[in-house]
Amino acid sequence: MKRVAWLLLVACAAAAAQPAPRRSGYQDMARSTQALQDDDTQNPAMLWVQDGEQRFATDCKRCHEPASMRGVAARYPAWDALLGKPVTLAARINLCRQRHVKAAPLSIESDALLGLEAYLARQSRGMPIVPDPEPRTKPFRDEGERLFRQRIGQLGFSCAQCHDDHPGQRLAGSLIPQGHPTGYPIYRLEWQGMGNLQRRLRSCMFGVRAEPFAYGSEGYTNLELYLKARAAGMAMDSPGVRP
Amino acid sequence: MARALVRTPATARPGEVVEIRVLLQHPMETGFRPGADGRVLPRDIVTRVEAHFEGARVFAADLFPAIAANPYLAFPLRITGAGNLVVTFEGDNGFTHRETAAIRLA
Repeated sequence: MKRVAWLLLVACAAAAAQPAPRRSGYQDMARSTQALQDDDTQNPAMLWVQDGEQRFATDCKRCHEPASMRGVAARYPAWDALLGKPVTLAARINLCRQRHVKAAPLSIESDALLGLEAYLARQSRGMPIVPDPEPRTKPFRDEGERLFRQRIGQLGFSCAQCHDDHPGQRLAGSLIPQGHPTGYPIYRLEWQGMGNLQRRLRSCMFGVRAEPFAYGSEGYTNLELYLKARAAGMAMDSPGVRP
Repeated sequence: MARALVRTPATARPGEVVEIRVLLQHPMETGFRPGADGRVLPRDIVTRVEAHFEGARVFAADLFPAIAANPYLAFPLRITGAGNLVVTFEGDNGFTHRETAAIRLA
């Protein structure tokens, strides 16, 4: 009995570690930045969406109807049976190109790939994030949570120490968000360009003076799996604009 | 990679003043920033934006460094009739781009 109570206490502590209520980065932005995101005629990410729409029409429309793409971005990273591991939306686009379009994969984080990603993500705007229910993704998600809680870099910070323990406070002039990936790929004003979640994670790793993972590596996919599970049920607002 | 979005109202009444919104994809490199190798990146900006409605110039702007990448411009336009709005961009390294948007009367 004592042991059960202890376990319950640990479980409650673990649950309490996540900030509640959950807030997306959108809710914590300045109103002017929110207005920039909300208006499709001003949102600079729409330039990439338009490019993705054209690419989708030439390459993807042979198999996929644009309407069938609704909600797809909200459930990625998803299980790929052939590779036997979960893949991100960008990796799925490239796999599709190699397997079905018989074209060369687009280079990682290129404007072409970001455009397609942004076009697909926009179809899921307003829809809740639904992590892939495939049970075989669990070990990868658990690895992602381990990475989220692991101290890294010369500063020795984990993701959780900022985004679970101190959201809403400030790191120099910048607000620390809760770190929910609702708006990716995003147009970040600091980058003056488009970037996906991996670029964001890399910026965080530079910030704590850690060595970032290689482009497109599994560590990012695992972290994204965990972050999507952590944000399950929150509404997508892609393509987002962030400060 | 040059793309521009020109947004006009779907329809307008004659005499009405509408807002035209222009968003251009361009790096707007200032010519003052060092690149990853420490050397200063050469300037690459859009220097001139013009809009013509049925041959008549209705808007023009000179752009300079210190304007953010992917510049956004908005200007009012009094609708005199149906026609095509042609927005042209000129910039460094021989950059030119042209975007046309149709305006229909309600």
